[in-house]
Amino acid sequence: MKRRNLLLTAAALSVGLAAGAAAQDDPVKVGFVYVGPIGDFGWNYQHDLGRQAVEEYFGDKVETTYVEDVPEGPDAERVIRQLAQSGHDLIFTTSFGFMNPTIKVAKQFPDVKFEHATGYQRADNVSTYSGRFYEGRAVIGHIAGKMTESNIIGYIASFPIPEVVRGINAAYLAARDVNPDVQMKIIWVNSWFDPAKEADAANQLYDQGADVIMQHTDSTSPMAALEGKDVIMFGQASDMAEFKPKPRVSSIIDNWAPYYIERTQAVIDGTWESVDTWHGIDKGMTEIGEMTEAIPEEVRESAQALADAIAAGEVHPFTGPINKQDGSPWLAEGETADDGTLLGMNFYVEGIEGQLPN
Amino acid sequence: MRRPELPLLAVTLTAVLALIVFAIANGLNPVLLTVSIMIAATPLMLAALGELVVEKSGVLNLGVEGMMIIGAIAGFAVAVETGSPMLGVVAAALAGAALALVFGVLTQMLLSNQVATGLALTLFGLGLAALIGQPYAGIKPPAFPRLDFFLSDIPVIGRVLFGHDLMLYLAFALLAAVWLFLSRTRAGLILRAVGESHDAAHALGYNVIGIRLAAIAFGGACAGLGGAALSLVRVPQWTEGMTAGAGWIALAIVVFATWKPGRVALGAYLFGGVTILQLNFQAARITPLWLLALALLLLAVNASVRRWQQGRPVAPVLGWWAATAATAALAVVWAPSIQSQYLSMTPYICTILVLVVMSGNRLRASLAAPASLGRVFHRTG
Repeated sequence: MKRRNLLLTAAALSVGLAAGAAAQDDPVKVGFVYVGPIGDFGWNYQHDLGRQAVEEYFGDKVETTYVEDVPEGPDAERVIRQLAQSGHDLIFTTSFGFMNPTIKVAKQFPDVKFEHATGYQRADNVSTYSGRFYEGRAVIGHIAGKMTESNIIGYIASFPIPEVVRGINAAYLAARDVNPDVQMKIIWVNSWFDPAKEADAANQLYDQGADVIMQHTDSTSPMAALEGKDVIMFGQASDMAEFKPKPRVSSIIDNWAPYYIERTQAVIDGTWESVDTWHGIDKGMTEIGEMTEAIPEEVRESAQALADAIAAGEVHPFTGPINKQDGSPWLAEGETADDGTLLGMNFYVEGIEGQLPN
Repeated sequence: MRRPELPLLAVTLTAVLALIVFAIANGLNPVLLTVSIMIAATPLMLAALGELVVEKSGVLNLGVEGMMIIGAIAGFAVAVETGSPMLGVVAAALAGAALALVFGVLTQMLLSNQVATGLALTLFGLGLAALIGQPYAGIKPPAFPRLDFFLSDIPVIGRVLFGHDLMLYLAFALLAAVWLFLSRTRAGLILRAVGESHDAAHALGYNVIGIRLAAIAFGGACAGLGGAALSLVRVPQWTEGMTAGAGWIALAIVVFATWKPGRVALGAYLFGGVTILQLNFQAARITPLWLLALALLLLAVNASVRRWQQGRPVAPVLGWWAATAATAALAVVWAPSIQSQYLSMTPYICTILVLVVMSGNRLRASLAAPASLGRVFHRTG
């Protein structure tokens, strides 16, 4: 696998460099580093839509390069450094595992601006940005709690990092709110993108009685595997609309385009500063995909009402009383979680069974 | 085969029984579990059997991953375009064979290095598949036909034996065919002779290069079928890089199975089985120590049967039984928090452990490897 990535990387870089040589009038060069293939129809696909939006919006004023399928390891640092060395002004590194390499390379290239998605380390030339995906998780958790008949929700999880744990907790709390008997079965596949394993996991969850399955992995294979079965699922990161109206009944969409345009504009204007952006449903960075007719109308309405209330700031998905899994109190009655705790979330809330891998 | 593979049979039987007992004890459905394992094992078994024949002819083709993914996309694309999954399967086999022949021409006629060419084939296959696959991402393939008839309505047995997709039966037909071919036919003997000593075979007047090219094409076709089983049945979808290392696992299974078809099948099922069990254990919150206990149990059975067969005292293998019991006891009393990364490792660890120890006799293992494996044949004189 590594060799393949090397090859793809080299190919993508040479394409980027060739494009760079042909450039005129010094356009702003924007680089993107993706952890998986842009054809995943999930996370990376969505980031690439953002990149395409930048190209479209700025036309000749920018030039974009992307490198896909970059593993979260030593290769990542090499790829990011290559982009910095080849004259990119702004580099988006779009996976949690790119955090350390981004910070490291950023130190060596103080004039290049870096934007790291979903991380928590910043520097003078490194911004962080992410969506409040957990708001979307709360909405689909609500739908799941209302619609499950077996009271078993399956969850295909990737890596035990705060972002994923937060999603599990948010979905569970929202589901339990409307269905106290709900139970969650979680499978960690230890990959962001492994279609065969994701499909296997979906099948096993289904076999174990889950009639609602959520995923925090990037491919659409779980839906392909369970198509035609009596189960509902949700698009992850991207709309995954080709599985409408069922199994995909709604989705959480990461809409990066406005942010990428805004940040590129800032570099063009020379106003770029290191910031920490964490936008949710209110600013449109997290969107709820169309709810299909497979969801009963009153559930569609209540889910939309929940989404609207979250956007308006009236409801916070993490509102007390909430205990941690071991029963120790976390949030008191009416208290809402602060961003710091959410960003470092490394515990399950009370009611989720099983041990969180650490 | 000079004597029946008693240990292999015993190990297989134990694995099946243990699976059923364990599944029932933990409230899992053994039938659904078995069906999942069969689906997961099929791509590996197809690819590994093909590679077995290639290696028996003395050629080491490391491009299995590349041929698999080419098969996956070719099968998928043709099935989508024609609406016929069967044509897709044929196309997958042809595409795998065509790519394998590129390797064949390079290594057999132009005498390039087999290891380097095989690795290049993997890289080339992955890249080419990604290119061909661009328009096919996110498209649904036509449904794969299943062997569904009145017999599949028999409870349990019917569900396990019938009602599967045709690829699964194809894999078993291939297993029987490869075994028969290699051990019972003259052509198989010639193929093995070429793999053991290409110079001797050449001196006897056999067309070494022709035979090897045929073996390479066959191996490529099997890998292509394995890829199609992945993209048309197991997932079923096309995504870039979807083989995710399955080709390398198939290669490893051939070595650990000491070039024996029956053990290749066992290795594929062990790997598929542990992969599926691992996922089920997570969802049902069962400690993965049971997987280790299962692996140790299989080894204990293997060692006991082998010693009994050879008429040697069984006492020394008590260690395996003790280890099995200890692990099982540990699994009962202690539910450790095991990091999910270790969980993901268990399929590899268990499969390698079982196959390595089963082929423990080093002398026999080294004898099992075709003597000319990977060596360049130059037709002189």
